[in-house]
Amino acid sequence: MEQSTVKFYQTGTFTVGNRLLAPEQRSVQADVQRRNSLNSGHRACQGCGEALGARYAIDAAMAATDGQLIAANATGCLEVFSTPYPETSWQIPWIHSLFGNAAAVATGIAAAMKAKGRSDVRVVAQGGDGGTTDIGFGCLSGMFERNDDVLYICYDNEAYMNTGVQRSSATPPAARTATTMVVGPHPGNEFGQGKNVPQIAMAHEIPYVATATVADLRDLECKVTKAMSIRGARYIHIFVPCPLGWGAASHDTIKLSRLAVESGVFPVFEAERGEVTEVLKIRRQVPVEEYLRPQKRFAHLFGKHPDVATLAKLQARADRNIRRFGLLETN
Amino acid sequence: MLEQCEGSHAVAQAVALSRPEVICAYPISPQTHIVEGLGELVKSGALTPCEFINVESEFAALSVAIGSSAAGARSYTATASQGLLFMAEAVYNASGLGLPIVMTVANRAIGAPINIWNDHTDSMSMRDAGWLQLFAETNQEALDLHIQAFRIAEELSLPVMVCMDGFILTHAYERVDMPEQAQVDQFLPPYEPRQVLDPSDPVTIGAMVGPEAFTEVRYLAHAKQMQALDLIPQVATEFKAIFGRDSGGLIKTYQTEDADTIVIALGSVLGTIKDTVDDLRAQGHRVGVLGITSYRPFPISAIRDATVRAERIVVIEKCFAVGIGGIVSRDVRSAVRNRPQPVYTVVAGLGGRPITKDSVSELLRQAMADKLELLTFLDLDWAVVNRVLDREKANRRSGPVAEGVLRDLGTVASSAV
Repeated sequence: MEQSTVKFYQTGTFTVGNRLLAPEQRSVQADVQRRNSLNSGHRACQGCGEALGARYAIDAAMAATDGQLIAANATGCLEVFSTPYPETSWQIPWIHSLFGNAAAVATGIAAAMKAKGRSDVRVVAQGGDGGTTDIGFGCLSGMFERNDDVLYICYDNEAYMNTGVQRSSATPPAARTATTMVVGPHPGNEFGQGKNVPQIAMAHEIPYVATATVADLRDLECKVTKAMSIRGARYIHIFVPCPLGWGAASHDTIKLSRLAVESGVFPVFEAERGEVTEVLKIRRQVPVEEYLRPQKRFAHLFGKHPDVATLAKLQARADRNIRRFGLLETN
Repeated sequence: MLEQCEGSHAVAQAVALSRPEVICAYPISPQTHIVEGLGELVKSGALTPCEFINVESEFAALSVAIGSSAAGARSYTATASQGLLFMAEAVYNASGLGLPIVMTVANRAIGAPINIWNDHTDSMSMRDAGWLQLFAETNQEALDLHIQAFRIAEELSLPVMVCMDGFILTHAYERVDMPEQAQVDQFLPPYEPRQVLDPSDPVTIGAMVGPEAFTEVRYLAHAKQMQALDLIPQVATEFKAIFGRDSGGLIKTYQTEDADTIVIALGSVLGTIKDTVDDLRAQGHRVGVLGITSYRPFPISAIRDATVRAERIVVIEKCFAVGIGGIVSRDVRSAVRNRPQPVYTVVAGLGGRPITKDSVSELLRQAMADKLELLTFLDLDWAVVNRVLDREKANRRSGPVAEGVLRDLGTVASSAV
């Protein structure tokens, strides 16, 4: 699948422009013969960003590898909703071992393929933000440092959703979670430095790092495809709204992703060996408030007495992203 | 071929001869020489095709092995003590998923207090995790058991822990008979997985199994260990046919046929015990020794049969259940239930304390006179222990336990803690 030379923008949930592209440039999802690696019938919530992202990502990876793909999955929503024994949604070879070892299990699978001379078989590791940025961090770093031939995909919905929306190191400041309740002098999650795993991945100087969202699924597909053309450790961090955990409408998943991008809250970029190579410019900047309002996890910032100070801090963080990544600069 | 080499080196060679495809290793004393040896063999090209991966933790080590084993590669790792605990989640995962990984545990005490010397606390902490546990008595048996372990593991699709005493075996130079590659190839066919991640035949491994099926899946793990009770002796017989020596099996007996007193133990201490028993026999005492090679599955019938004529059993173990007493002795007790034989528990060798012939001899004399306590901590310095306990009663802030011993002995000058 090649990157289209014409930029199409998605509005709402309609995929614009597929029929205007040459067949080889179309999304694999448009193909009646699509693999459905993550088949229907799983138990994800309505509007689950992770289910959407995983389906697109794995189908793209399967297309890029001609179906020679093995996946290792961390414990979490994706694993739980896709494999409620005796059923499974996965049409690919797939293993779930533990919460924190997806990267290491994937390393093992890749090593096995190498020992057996099966260089055509590729490996993907998948995990949520909890399994990636917290409990799986050690194994992730180890895999990066060894440059194992694994693509690690993190589906970031910014909390431990499967266990009931507890705070992770990916949870944004001020957000309500079950362990950062809206009580006390600093309601919601604390303001910290954040934990930017894409940048940490870049610091490991691995061949390819990218961020993506489910607002631009073609971009996500292209990044996965590009990643699969590269050997060595690769990392893709996908922003995936969780309607249940965020207190958002299930039909707002893609819209919220777009607002996260257009407000500067979630920079979309690519990097190779520690250097940023591509940045998705903000098309029409929106204030961070517009992104926060539709989510009940930020409801305490609004209302009769809006928390102006906190909103300003959140805007400042987004502005900092815009400055650091050049999200608004024109060429 | 006969060699004089370090135990670790012998094990590394035996593992290499077993044609592993993926070796992943995190260093911990006293296993280091094993993985160093294997690393060198892979890096030099002597062991190929094989991937040797330096991982970032023991948790990663066993996780890498889980991935590679599930993908159809013969996989190996090694650890000890703290490392075994650090990978505990993965230990249960490997057996629960039924992956035939072979892992050396170079038996070492578990802290606190930190201690690098030999005892069996580490393996014992994982005894019910669903792995097979084989204990080597000598360096020869250690190398032999690794070769047998791959065979047993792959036949049952269960992981196997080969336990060898840290430093006592790993770092001792002994004469061993190293097998030839052709012999090992004859004994150990290529790994044919019962389940495998294969793009041409996709499967889902590791689904969440709920109350309606969990018991059955877990029972099957138990059933497989029961199958191992037959398989282990069978494999030992096949091993003897090809390699020409007795090695492995469920238990080993030494002069137990007419013994009034039978001593049961695991690992290298059996050598000391047998030497002691030789001396006692020379003085007319009817003592025998039963070495447990397969601790899991626990050979209840074999032990029961071997001890049928004994008047008493003494279990010498390098571990204990805090607050209760013996670990091995409790399993032995279940083997000899409904019999009048007393089973004496002797906890010895903790944290590498030497078990001497003199101590064992004195111990057995007391046992034969039935003057032994049911639970004995061999060579324990009661004076030190009692003074510490008294001091703790008198002072609330009595300080760290180990330091408290030193203060009491006057080794530490300052009086305030």
